[in-house]
Amino acid sequence: MTAVAEGSIELGTIAQAEAEQFLYREARLADAHDYDGWEALWTDDAIYWVPAGGESAEDPNTQVSVLFDNRSRIGTRIRQLKSGKRHSQTPKSNVVHQITNVEVLGLQENGDTEVVASLLAVESRERGTTFWAGRVEYRLRRVDTDQGSELRLAFKKVTLVDRDQPLYTLSFLI
Amino acid sequence: MTSLDEAVGSKYDALIQSDRVHGSLYTDPEIFAEEMAKIYYTTWVYVGHESEVPEPNDYVVKPFGPQSVILSRAKDGSIHLLQNRCAHRANLVCDAPKGNSTAFRCQYHGWTYANDGELLGFPYKKGYEGADRSQLGLGKVPRVESYQGFVFGSFATEGPSLTEHLGDAAGEIDRLVRLSPTGKIKLTAGWLKHKAKANWKMLLENETDGYHPQFVHSSVFAAADSGIGALYSDNADAVSRDLGGGHTENDLRPEFRRLGNVMGWFGTTEDKVPNYVAKMRELHGEKADEILIEGSPHLMVFPNLFIAEIQIFVIQPLAVDETVQHVTAIQFEDGEEMNRRLLQQTIGSVGPAGFLLADDSEMYERNQRGVQARNPEWLVINRGANRERVDENGHLIGYNTDEVPIRAIWKHYKTLMEK
Ligand code: FES
Ligand SMILES: [Fe+2]
Repeated sequence: MTAVAEGSIELGTIAQAEAEQFLYREARLADAHDYDGWEALWTDDAIYWVPAGGESAEDPNTQVSVLFDNRSRIGTRIRQLKSGKRHSQTPKSNVVHQITNVEVLGLQENGDTEVVASLLAVESRERGTTFWAGRVEYRLRRVDTDQGSELRLAFKKVTLVDRDQPLYTLSFLI
Repeated sequence: MTSLDEAVGSKYDALIQSDRVHGSLYTDPEIFAEEMAKIYYTTWVYVGHESEVPEPNDYVVKPFGPQSVILSRAKDGSIHLLQNRCAHRANLVCDAPKGNSTAFRCQYHGWTYANDGELLGFPYKKGYEGADRSQLGLGKVPRVESYQGFVFGSFATEGPSLTEHLGDAAGEIDRLVRLSPTGKIKLTAGWLKHKAKANWKMLLENETDGYHPQFVHSSVFAAADSGIGALYSDNADAVSRDLGGGHTENDLRPEFRRLGNVMGWFGTTEDKVPNYVAKMRELHGEKADEILIEGSPHLMVFPNLFIAEIQIFVIQPLAVDETVQHVTAIQFEDGEEMNRRLLQQTIGSVGPAGFLLADDSEMYERNQRGVQARNPEWLVINRGANRERVDENGHLIGYNTDEVPIRAIWKHYKTLMEK
């Protein structure tokens, strides 16, 4: 698979600028705790994944992950956050996601565009300030909606740099 | 008894009373140091599971109190707990989290040890003429015993056996392993390591606190349509129990028996896991349904092993206000149909992002801030003291929401700390 800097009609990849805009928007909705807006970004077959240490990043079906949500579990997570009784998000963490090193890698077999980036999310709550850093893999898909064609998120995997070490509670949307 | 011993005894008499405990027990670094000496480096502590080192020469580094030890299986199959510290000048002998090796070599000056801890050799040995190698092996946890594959270690060279230590908690471990179609479980699904700024006893007390789920976990009971909440109400038939030796449990069986649903304890029905249920019926005959109705224990083995029905938690105290909770999904040998479900339920509920444990952890940390307060300095632990009773095995029991387990933990803690 070759890296494609600009969107190519033939290949069907998404252009760098459009991909970046989408990642920034996702990050902004998460920072703003706009739960409905964030949830609406996902496709029906979505996977939202934060591997733990060891072999977890290779094999989510036999190894525990910090988070391995299919679409229905993303929904449960959002309902829990919206209940007002998700104590670990009451009050909500102050978070800023920084997304850098965005690269459009190319197409998946199913036509999704694979994008990678670096993440630094800084979280502040009464416990203190916590840095969450890692590599992020995204799969973006263009879908037809009533509003026309839009991008959706089919897959997001956040591989934390310190995933082998003990982690504090991670209950905001990373 | 010397007068110093009396002074120590009276200190804990003052701090631990039948209906309340003092906040400094969670904040005083001197008490923490004393706990490490008198609890973690004296009594039996859970370290790892035999399934983590299935083959000869397998090893895995595991937490033991604030440090880590190497859990190794030697060539002859015997299990050892080795200090990960070179006998020469204290460097690290094993820098991998796990592996398979007959020997460990310290990278500082090359001393080499067998996987049972014995010194195999040192480079340029002429400089060590006459040295007694038998005195230069790796430090070992002197007593190592297993129960149903659960490996425990004790730094005390003498004392009660593991069986004596476990007492009636052993029967609850039996109840877990009999849910496997081969009678054996595996802890092979990797570990989540969840850190909290809280004293380790906040976790210990929380594990069998049947009073909190309705409040702390109401968000997930609503969001996921979970039936767990009902087990921890004042109307449930489930009971809380003091098993002796600081071991405690929430015994959910009376409630599951009343409901009478095969696999109800796992929140499912037998048609979802037909192969598993068939295997269990083949193995246990008429008794299978009872086993599959009663389900798995919710058991806290003092001081650091929590069996939460389908997960194993290991509490690791790091400092007076810092603790790591290690957790994995229980897997059944020959239980593929169950194992994926056990794994997925575990990922959903526990660890740093878990629907349940993220909020428990928030509570540990809020508690830790709370105990810094002055006036009141006490934590009240007398819920249900008016209605506790003795069961047919001589154990104290109470309603599932009562603080029978918390009082049991402190009673045992006090006997250890006063020694
Ligand atoms: S410290 Fe290990 S060989 Fe010197
Ligand atoms: Fe809880």
